[in-house]
Amino acid sequence: MTLFQSINEFVVRFANTNGTGSASANNMFAKAIMRMGLPVSAKNIFPSNIQGMPTWFEVRISEKGFLGRRDGAPELVVAMNAQSIEEDIQSVQPGGFLLYDSSRILPQRLMRKEINFLGMPISDICRAEYSDPRQRQLFKNVIYVGALAALLDIDFQVLKDLVSDQFKGKDKLIRPNIYALELGFEFANKQFSCPLPICVERRDLIGDRILVDGNTASGLGAVYGGATVVGWYPITPSTSVIEKFASYCQRLRIDPANGQKNYAIVQAEDELSAIGIAMGGGWNGARAFTATSGPGISLMTEFLGLAYFAEIPLVLMNVQRAGPSTGMPTRTQQSDMLTCAYASHGDSKQVLLIPSTPKECFDFSAQAFDLADRLQTPIIVMTDLDMGMNIHLSDPFGWDDKHEYDLGKVLDADDLEKASDFGRYLDVDGDGVCYRTLPGTHPNKGAFFTRGTSHNEYAAYTEKGEDYIKNMERLEHKFAMGVKRLPAPEITINTKAKRVGLVYYGSTDEAIPEAVSLLCEQGVKVNTLRIRAFPFSPQVASFISEHDGVFVVEQNRDGQVKKLLCNELTIDPASMCAVLHYDGLAITGQFIAESVQAQLSVQTDQAAG
Amino acid sequence: MSYIKPQFKHPRLQVNDLGLTHRDYEGALSTLCAGCGHDSITSAVAQACAELSLPPHKIAKLSGIGCSSKAPTYFLNNAHGFNTVHGRMPSVATGANMANRELIYLGMSGDGDSASIGFGQFAHVVRRRLNMLYMVANNGVYGLTKGQLAATAEQGMKSKSGEASLFTDIDLCVSALQFGATFVARSFSGDKSQLVPLIKAAISHKGFAFIDIISPCVTFNNNPDSNRSYDYVHDHITTAAVADFVPVKQEIRCENGQSDSEDICLHDGSILRLSRIDADYDAHDRIKAMTKIEQLKSEGKILTGLMYIDPEADDYHEINGTSDAPLNSLKQETLCPGSHVLKTINESFR
Ligand SMILES: Cc1ncc(C[n+]2csc(CCOP(=O)(O)OP(=O)(O)O)c2C)c(N)n1
Ligand code: SF4
Repeated sequence: MTLFQSINEFVVRFANTNGTGSASANNMFAKAIMRMGLPVSAKNIFPSNIQGMPTWFEVRISEKGFLGRRDGAPELVVAMNAQSIEEDIQSVQPGGFLLYDSSRILPQRLMRKEINFLGMPISDICRAEYSDPRQRQLFKNVIYVGALAALLDIDFQVLKDLVSDQFKGKDKLIRPNIYALELGFEFANKQFSCPLPICVERRDLIGDRILVDGNTASGLGAVYGGATVVGWYPITPSTSVIEKFASYCQRLRIDPANGQKNYAIVQAEDELSAIGIAMGGGWNGARAFTATSGPGISLMTEFLGLAYFAEIPLVLMNVQRAGPSTGMPTRTQQSDMLTCAYASHGDSKQVLLIPSTPKECFDFSAQAFDLADRLQTPIIVMTDLDMGMNIHLSDPFGWDDKHEYDLGKVLDADDLEKASDFGRYLDVDGDGVCYRTLPGTHPNKGAFFTRGTSHNEYAAYTEKGEDYIKNMERLEHKFAMGVKRLPAPEITINTKAKRVGLVYYGSTDEAIPEAVSLLCEQGVKVNTLRIRAFPFSPQVASFISEHDGVFVVEQNRDGQVKKLLCNELTIDPASMCAVLHYDGLAITGQFIAESVQAQLSVQTDQAAG
Repeated sequence: MSYIKPQFKHPRLQVNDLGLTHRDYEGALSTLCAGCGHDSITSAVAQACAELSLPPHKIAKLSGIGCSSKAPTYFLNNAHGFNTVHGRMPSVATGANMANRELIYLGMSGDGDSASIGFGQFAHVVRRRLNMLYMVANNGVYGLTKGQLAATAEQGMKSKSGEASLFTDIDLCVSALQFGATFVARSFSGDKSQLVPLIKAAISHKGFAFIDIISPCVTFNNNPDSNRSYDYVHDHITTAAVADFVPVKQEIRCENGQSDSEDICLHDGSILRLSRIDADYDAHDRIKAMTKIEQLKSEGKILTGLMYIDPEADDYHEINGTSDAPLNSLKQETLCPGSHVLKTINESFR
């Protein structure tokens, strides 16, 4: 049998059972790789279930820096789930390795000649070492990480340091965890010929980057953006945005003098209420937000229309998952793009921010509050399950202490005293954004009625056609002017030929370098544009029109952003092709390259024929 | 259509402690049907706020959608108002209250708004113990959509199209009691002498105060068969307690020798004085209040007055431990942890 060989370029898949505490061990493994100076990414593949079902965690190690999910079989599988063992054995790449719990003997029929079986009686070891059932379960995970350290040649000190960092403050846990790592390490060293032909070697490719999930970044961004009022209702995969916000608030937002909270997080009865709470907070001058996903977005649309029309700032973080309806709740997609861009009935339009890395989740979430206040409208931060719940290598978070919150056009009592005339919807500056006042500001000036019914410049109810049109046109104008404040697209020029362009957005970013490199190997040079916001910047239209053909890469069935581009820009729809991936797993570089290549060759054939 | 009232004030109009006249508590001219019960509620609210000498701009008035929800336009011109969406005023009021705990929150809703589309939000705002006064103008029908039966309409009550309500009604006072409201009252829009003191007490109550106000819809539900008509209500009313409200700054007179009267001290120090019609009625017993409502209902009677009060109630912010300073007043220095903290946070991800 040929052994698969590779240094710093392979995939390890962990097969676990939901609810057995494997997540922290798997994360420790990924972090150890990063601390070895190597680019690494990890994808959770988990079912919509709480306990007992199979889950997988796939770690890609890539010295070349290709961190999107990789197609094809993993080189090493750690099979810890008896339920899925058959499938897991089948999943190993020929020449690859299977580390499994050999406490129970594998049936002969499951053996494959083309792969290497590394049996380790993990359950037996734990049974001998620990009397407590919970410990027996938990330390199984730590033990296999220890074994991997020997098999893959991970510096053991790196793991020890990780444990010490992880349990800082809970020092009692450090020793037993290191002991469990050692158990695994020593067993593997003795029983197997370590290291394997696939292994890691130290490099210095990480710089100051961090390994973090998007939802943590978004929650933290909200803390930095000054959010104080939160309404929410649990839904996967958005829940951890709020949980992280809450845990950072507990650390950073409690007044040390009196223990009082400088925030209020209301767990609402449903999403209708969650966004209502955010709206009430925004109306009353607090920075307020909510987070949701799929079905929650549907419920929130009535309020989004009100916020658009009555011009109330609020932030909504939508962590997309596979729809429609309940769809695949724990699988990723980018399929709420159209729903969110045009959320609500009537002529309405919402501002979308579309981050691609945890750093951008942090930045955009913080900026969203400035934008919401500045533009007096909801800002929807569009991420997805892959971005939100998986850890990604990212530039570190940064904050400019000189940055001052942009609270937008709010008149205080002095302003009102000086002003000769106040009309809530008067376009004083010609940018479509009007001055607002907060309740309680002035005894007899500046009060107005906020309503979702048609209103004139003085916020009075009106059904006069011309007043209605004037207001609607101002709202359009406000959006057109507002585009300048939104993050510009990121353009990468690899070729002057401008034959093919790739347009993409969000978490797809991770797969792009590999796609571009594969295409280049095949002789196709492409330029790329990453959309970062809606309404679109004029640069998007120019990029598309400058290229002979543009591929819009998306993780949905209907090519939603391609449709949005056709709808919003004056470009020839025929100049764009779709690359669509929507099976619920993150898109891969190979998929993009193959799909582009296939469509290009069809075009060439047609041209020839 | 929107009407503007003349600004002229008679120089000898009576002023309150703030130097404001009753006119300062009015709103735009009503566009509701002439004789609509909701207009009487409007004027009771204005009167209550004037008598309490509340600064109008420190009040936020929020509503859902419906004729009743239009009512806030017609009181307190100098207060900010918010007509939200149908049935969802409670959540917006919650967010607003989270942002600024110092304002006074008046919620105005209808029976359709609160007992149907918004029943969930109603239940939960009560549970959350939001410090607000929540009023439902209860006419048993949907006024704005022209006469459909509401969920508060009693079984057998007929809509304008002649259909009788087939199902048991929702009694919002019983619901509010069950959901944990700490002030529950019912009144009648046509009885200002009862309604005004109740509104005053409810505003002074810390925590969630609910008043269900029977408010006949003259256009769609004032026929003699309807138990929401003026005549019916007048003939079938039973009062739990007559409330009198003594603001904190007024001298409290002693009314001695009346065993069926009780003074309840509200959190701002003002006094709610109850004289019970029914000598056994105990306004501190949640369960008995529910039983009494149901018992009278089975006799075709309507219990009004203050049904329940817990003068020691907490509100959401106390339970949550929110900062005393309104959240919307906190500055960036307090809210933003700054770049040095971010450095250590970055470390935790390496
Ligand atoms: C989502 C939604 N559904 C339906 C309506 C239509 N609608 C407007 S007011 C109303 C009923 C109002 O009844 P109620 O709350 O009892 O107030 P009233 O008009 O009787 O004072 C309805 C159904 C709406 N505005 N929004
Ligand atoms: S329809 Fe009924 S509730 Fe509406 S304004 Fe007229 S009388 Fe009042």
